[in-house]
Amino acid sequence: MDFLFETFGLAESAKLLSLSPPGWGGNLLRGLANSLQIAFGAFGFGLLIGLFGAYGKLYGGVVLRDLLAVYTTVIRAVPELVLILILYYVGTDLINQVAQAMGYGRVEISGVVAGIWVLGVVQGAYATEVLRGAIQAIPSGQIEAARAYGMPPFLLMRRVTIPAMMSFATPGLANLWLIATKDTALLAIVGFSELTLETRQAAASTRAYFTFFLAAGALYLLVTLFSGVVFGRIEKWARRGQPSLRGGSR
Amino acid sequence: MGVTDPATDTAIESGRQEEAIRVTDLHKSFGKLEVLKGVSLTAQKGDVVAIIGGSGSGKSTFLRCINFLETPSAGQIVVNGEEIKMRRDGSPVDRRQIERIRTRLGMVFQAFNLWTHRTLLENVIEVPVYVLKVPRAEAIKRARVLLDRVGLGDKADTFPAFLSGGQQQRAAIARALAVDPSVMLFDEPTSALDPELVGEVLTVIRDLAAEGRTMLLVTHEMKFAREVATHVVYLFEGRIEEQGPPEELFGNPQSARLQQFLQTVG
Repeated sequence: MDFLFETFGLAESAKLLSLSPPGWGGNLLRGLANSLQIAFGAFGFGLLIGLFGAYGKLYGGVVLRDLLAVYTTVIRAVPELVLILILYYVGTDLINQVAQAMGYGRVEISGVVAGIWVLGVVQGAYATEVLRGAIQAIPSGQIEAARAYGMPPFLLMRRVTIPAMMSFATPGLANLWLIATKDTALLAIVGFSELTLETRQAAASTRAYFTFFLAAGALYLLVTLFSGVVFGRIEKWARRGQPSLRGGSR
Repeated sequence: MGVTDPATDTAIESGRQEEAIRVTDLHKSFGKLEVLKGVSLTAQKGDVVAIIGGSGSGKSTFLRCINFLETPSAGQIVVNGEEIKMRRDGSPVDRRQIERIRTRLGMVFQAFNLWTHRTLLENVIEVPVYVLKVPRAEAIKRARVLLDRVGLGDKADTFPAFLSGGQQQRAAIARALAVDPSVMLFDEPTSALDPELVGEVLTVIRDLAAEGRTMLLVTHEMKFAREVATHVVYLFEGRIEEQGPPEELFGNPQSARLQQFLQTVG
């Protein structure tokens, strides 16, 4: 191993990326863990918002529909970087003002919670549209059949609407998940030590920019490849019962 | 018999039989278009009421109003002696009541409407297990009997998309039977089928009629209606134009419109 690194002139890089100090590999992995934690949280939070948003847009009253239209339009219109700055500073400021008004001191807001909140709100707007489209793609007869057999609304959502829409929603949701993993990098701007910020610090301290950013890129790529496998499985499950579009050689 | 007074009950007038469904003066409008202009109909237990009429006569809408898939504009609906509580505009007062009554009305749709992400067996046990809270093992046992009965015992683990229309419709009938409905509602069950598949579905319905199931059947199959129905209702433009036992209605139609209708559909 050492010999290989030596031949390709990578010994220096290997030392820099080593998991134990003075190598910076551990920092990078900690950053990745933080990034994934936020991506998971934000994606889940976004899905929850998206489900309620989609139902609200499809079945809600006029006021709710208008409010949701404002939400999805504004969130999707403003660049995410700007949104993160606004939501992060406005959010933390609001919480602090409330805390002070209630007689507490300044509250230290956890970077993870703030990150999940901010990215979740962004994800929710996109998820609303993905899920709304997926629900509309369900043949209406399937929902009507469920109603005709006396399914109450929540059971109908759980047993018919959600499973039936999954095959339509999965590709869009896979996109959203990948965007979530990479949007975590934007949180570097508010000083949250996720993968990109850790990488920048490592690179700046050692002047080995190329090594560290390549390494970070490789980590992001690994996440994407793994996600691809997972979503492939989910899609296969969601499409059960549907004939393959390939035809013939099934 | 001319245009019937909407207030009179319609099915067999033997009186003492147990009443399955009574609909009184049902109105339904879509916006300005009045589709049902006061339809009344009573079915006793064991009746097979065939509802015929041209397209746009309101026959499907009438059937869909009975289980509130469409909200009636006015009128009264009584299922098994329980009146569905409606507001002045026809909207239901109590969602739970509607849901409870719906579980007693097994509906079969023109387009089958099986749940495509579930196998036939899963389709059949879905409502018993999740709505009626029947123990799963019991529901499965019963579902297998029902699938056998409609000739699909070997397809229990197949998804609907891999079956013919006739097989899907037979599975849909098994799904309806799984709730042991007090009344079955058939909404043009053979209209979406290829001609050679109609027979297998009609055979299943015929068997159900023979065992005394109460059924309301909206259909275009006149020969079939004549054969299985105990009572036939001819709807024209949202009103009952003529009704009676099948031999009379088909053999000796009174109204000019029905005569013309029967000529065109053969």
